[in-house]
Amino acid sequence: MDLCDLSIHELKAQLEKEEITVEEVLDSFLQRIDAVEDKVKAYVTVTGTEARERIRAELEGSLAGIPLAVKDNISTEGIRTTCSSKMLENYIPPYNATVVDKLNEAGAVLLGKTNLDEFAMGGSSESSYFHETRNPWNLEYVPGGSSGGSAAAVAAGEAAAALGTDTGGSIRQPAAFCGLVGLKPTYGTVSRYGLMAYAGSMDQIGPITRDVEDAALLLNVISGYDPKDSTSVKREELDYTAFLQEDLAGMKVALPREYLDLVSNPEIKESVLAAFKKMEAEGAKVEEVSLPHLKYAAAVYYILATGEASSNMACYDGVRYGFRSKEAANVAEMFGNTRSEGFGEEVKRRILFGTYVLSANSYEAYYVKAQKVRTLLIKEFEDIFKNYDLIITPTTGDTAFKVGTVTEPLESYKMDTFTVPVNLTGIPAISLPCGFSSKNLPIGIQIMGPQFGDGKIIQAAYSLEKILKLGNKRPELEVAQ
Amino acid sequence: MSREYEIVIGLEVHAQLATESKIFCNCSTQFGAEPNQHTCPICLGLPGTLPVLNKKVVDYAIMAGLALNCTINGYSKFDRKNYFYPDLPKAYQISQNDFPICSDGFIEIDTEEGVKRIGINRIHMEEDAGKLVHEGSIDQATASLVDYNRTGIPLIEIVSEPDIRTPAEARAYLTQLKQILEYIGVSDCNMEEGSLRCDANVSIRPLGQKEFGTKTELKNMNSFRAVERALEYEVERQKKVLEEGGEVIQETRTWDDSLNKTISMRSKEEAADYRYFPDPDLPPLQVDKEWVERILASLPELPREKQERFVREYALPEYDAGVLTDSRPLADYFEACVAEYSDAKAVSNWIMGDFLRLLREENLEIEEVKMAPANLARMLQLMDKGVISSKIAKTVFEEMFKTGKDPEKIVEEKGLVQISDASQLEEIVLKVIEANPSAVEDVKNGKDRAIGFLVGQVMKETRGKANPGMVNQILKDKINSL
Amino acid sequence: MLARKDVEKLANAASIKLSESEAGKFAGQINELLEYVEKINEVDTEGVKPTLYPVSLENVFREDKVEPSLERDRALANAPEERDGQFRVPKIMG
Repeated sequence: MDLCDLSIHELKAQLEKEEITVEEVLDSFLQRIDAVEDKVKAYVTVTGTEARERIRAELEGSLAGIPLAVKDNISTEGIRTTCSSKMLENYIPPYNATVVDKLNEAGAVLLGKTNLDEFAMGGSSESSYFHETRNPWNLEYVPGGSSGGSAAAVAAGEAAAALGTDTGGSIRQPAAFCGLVGLKPTYGTVSRYGLMAYAGSMDQIGPITRDVEDAALLLNVISGYDPKDSTSVKREELDYTAFLQEDLAGMKVALPREYLDLVSNPEIKESVLAAFKKMEAEGAKVEEVSLPHLKYAAAVYYILATGEASSNMACYDGVRYGFRSKEAANVAEMFGNTRSEGFGEEVKRRILFGTYVLSANSYEAYYVKAQKVRTLLIKEFEDIFKNYDLIITPTTGDTAFKVGTVTEPLESYKMDTFTVPVNLTGIPAISLPCGFSSKNLPIGIQIMGPQFGDGKIIQAAYSLEKILKLGNKRPELEVAQ
Repeated sequence: MSREYEIVIGLEVHAQLATESKIFCNCSTQFGAEPNQHTCPICLGLPGTLPVLNKKVVDYAIMAGLALNCTINGYSKFDRKNYFYPDLPKAYQISQNDFPICSDGFIEIDTEEGVKRIGINRIHMEEDAGKLVHEGSIDQATASLVDYNRTGIPLIEIVSEPDIRTPAEARAYLTQLKQILEYIGVSDCNMEEGSLRCDANVSIRPLGQKEFGTKTELKNMNSFRAVERALEYEVERQKKVLEEGGEVIQETRTWDDSLNKTISMRSKEEAADYRYFPDPDLPPLQVDKEWVERILASLPELPREKQERFVREYALPEYDAGVLTDSRPLADYFEACVAEYSDAKAVSNWIMGDFLRLLREENLEIEEVKMAPANLARMLQLMDKGVISSKIAKTVFEEMFKTGKDPEKIVEEKGLVQISDASQLEEIVLKVIEANPSAVEDVKNGKDRAIGFLVGQVMKETRGKANPGMVNQILKDKINSL
Repeated sequence: MLARKDVEKLANAASIKLSESEAGKFAGQINELLEYVEKINEVDTEGVKPTLYPVSLENVFREDKVEPSLERDRALANAPEERDGQFRVPKIMG
């Protein structure tokens, strides 16, 4: 095992004991990037030169010298930030996202910006303008998305951990597909300032890591009230590592039966049910519950998210930054051509759908109606959390799919049913590895908690991780070549 | 044949709020900077940026609402108004759609038929857009340049009810509205700098008809006079259309000041669907009673209240009170004088007369006047004591206005002290009597006008410094004793 | 059901120029999606308030304080076209 296969806390421990140096750590990661990046294609931009420059200074903080990757829809000053779109191919932001400032203050070293579905719209990372990212467990498969680049980079040892963003599952689903831990914090826990909005009422930044301890470490760094984000919540700052305790005794867990019914791959059902058994053996109480409104979640999500997106994508008009079409007799034509040539198909589709649901004639019937069903869904979750500590479900209905096989938009939208309720209700959820399919593809299990119950789900995930003892299984990339 | 029509006008006024920083970022709102000098990632709409609301904007909007007799709504929120235009960085404007901060107010205006109430439908907060400069004229330019300094300057939009019935009423409404906003200090209301802008909706209907006629929306009027003229033009245009058997089309028309007419911009068919929806980046507002009361307590006296008080407290004619309360600085100036000199009418006369004349001539704002209010009071005291005549006072006043010097100092420096020494005056009077025998004869024959001539001659001899009362008396005594 | 010309109207509102074949393809996909989301109408939402914000926050403000703006060169650095310190765009009319 190379240094680049270690978790953050393992690297930290060795660095603190001065068994290794920051230079050795960085070298290891850059060597791995050199070795596998042309196959995995996790990055849009690798910032190796900047990283080497950065470690010349003495780095201090809880992530001192830890090489990390950041999804390329998070603004980085002086480093191009593309959202994997032609629209922003050459856009160099003049400011840092709050989370990037926080990583810098904690001494982290940025390895690069990771690939995503264009503007985070998708679940496979195939809609990137630049290239498809591949799943390190099997290069014929997608890594998931939209934070597919972040997940693939961590799974392949191209970063110790990464930041992703999650609007409808974009952290948890790729984490599940790549055998990693992905945490979507409670809405308002992590500042969105500098996160290039897809749907602001649901977007949230979170960590994709090798284990639960790393997720807690990263959440400690990136969370906290930010006066630059009006939706950031002012609360007492928590030390999430304090929740790294193996204790499931008396924990009441709800298992919504509608989730199990939606699972298409029986191996996933098996694996998740086996995990429940083990949890029960540790003193957790698992009960089946019902979430009757789950079947509407994806519909509600696509109405609300695309509505917001149609407005958020409007700023890409070729005036102040980004791509501009050369062909234009006047400004209206310039807008039309720029947006036609600059956006990919999936983005255009969502903008058009979002434009439709916000139109005066359909606003009440679609948008307001969806907001009302959202209310019912929130109520349904709240009711469950009155009686249960956690809701646990499979993260996805199937394991990763092969590149190029999911081509119908609706097909992929429906898959999001597993993850979108968490974004619609603003609650925290974490996905962690639960096992492997017969094809040796990772299976993820999702733990949801009540609003601001981030510590609680970290504790449950940490305990479950210890019970499941999946060990440090890593994809055998170099062997598979 | 001509019919009688009723005119129906509603006004939408945009007023820039006089905050230091923009509504959603910390950039300066100062007018006149170099293009794009006051921009940042937020007001440029760079991807990933988020708005944070300037509290002062809400305070000012509430203040405007209270001054305009509105209900301050407990719940209000921000919405996005979506449309593409190069001066709008995010391609949506953050505004308030269905839950504005204030609603249901009114303004009272003076009309020939007396005081009239014009309803205010709502006041909402929003962000301003940038400024486009066309390389050449708008229809012949090959390109345009965008300056985003103005982007994100806070605005309130004040929407009137369609209660206005004549272009003159529209002007009166605007004048009153401007006066109130200036009074409470929430806006500079400077039309040249664009801090106050007005659009008008106008329609006509046959007298007695209940339904409104089809309205047109007028834009691009850069002064109150332009609003009045545009409305006058538009009313006549609509009348002509109807009388020729045509129909008024619902459309937006732009006022061309040089051509003195309105020109069609776009018809209703092309009117945009703004796809309003709540902005998820801005949590809603809850304005509680305490907040409203705090603003209410800080609300200064409004023009009409002040006018009434001036009549009551200083026993001034309505007209005087109206002129003096026209602006808050003027009213404050007056009151500062009255605090030092109790004859309010005398103060009022000086302010309405020479003061305002000089202000106009010198093209000054009241804040720029060098003469301290206390000095005007002291000049009036000098007159009362007989140190200077009213004629001399005019000279002293001009000098004070221009230099800001004390009246005593001016009197002394220029040797303007009134001659009240009887023996000195007697000497001059005798000289005048000797030189004007026919006028003396006239006085003797009871022609009162002649005495005035003789007084004038004495004043001339003394270069205006003689005490006119004493001169009058001495003249009479001397002539009678001849 | 949206016809191709409805999709063209939407594209116009969204300032995206579409080819005829794109418009036709999107019309089909959007109709399919509309049909899918239509099921929310089964839900009885009588008396239910719409959720506008996922967490209950209100009255979030900043103080009215001026801070330095971005240096103008940096504000203009990403501009596709610039002139005299301003962003240049093709003519508005015509």
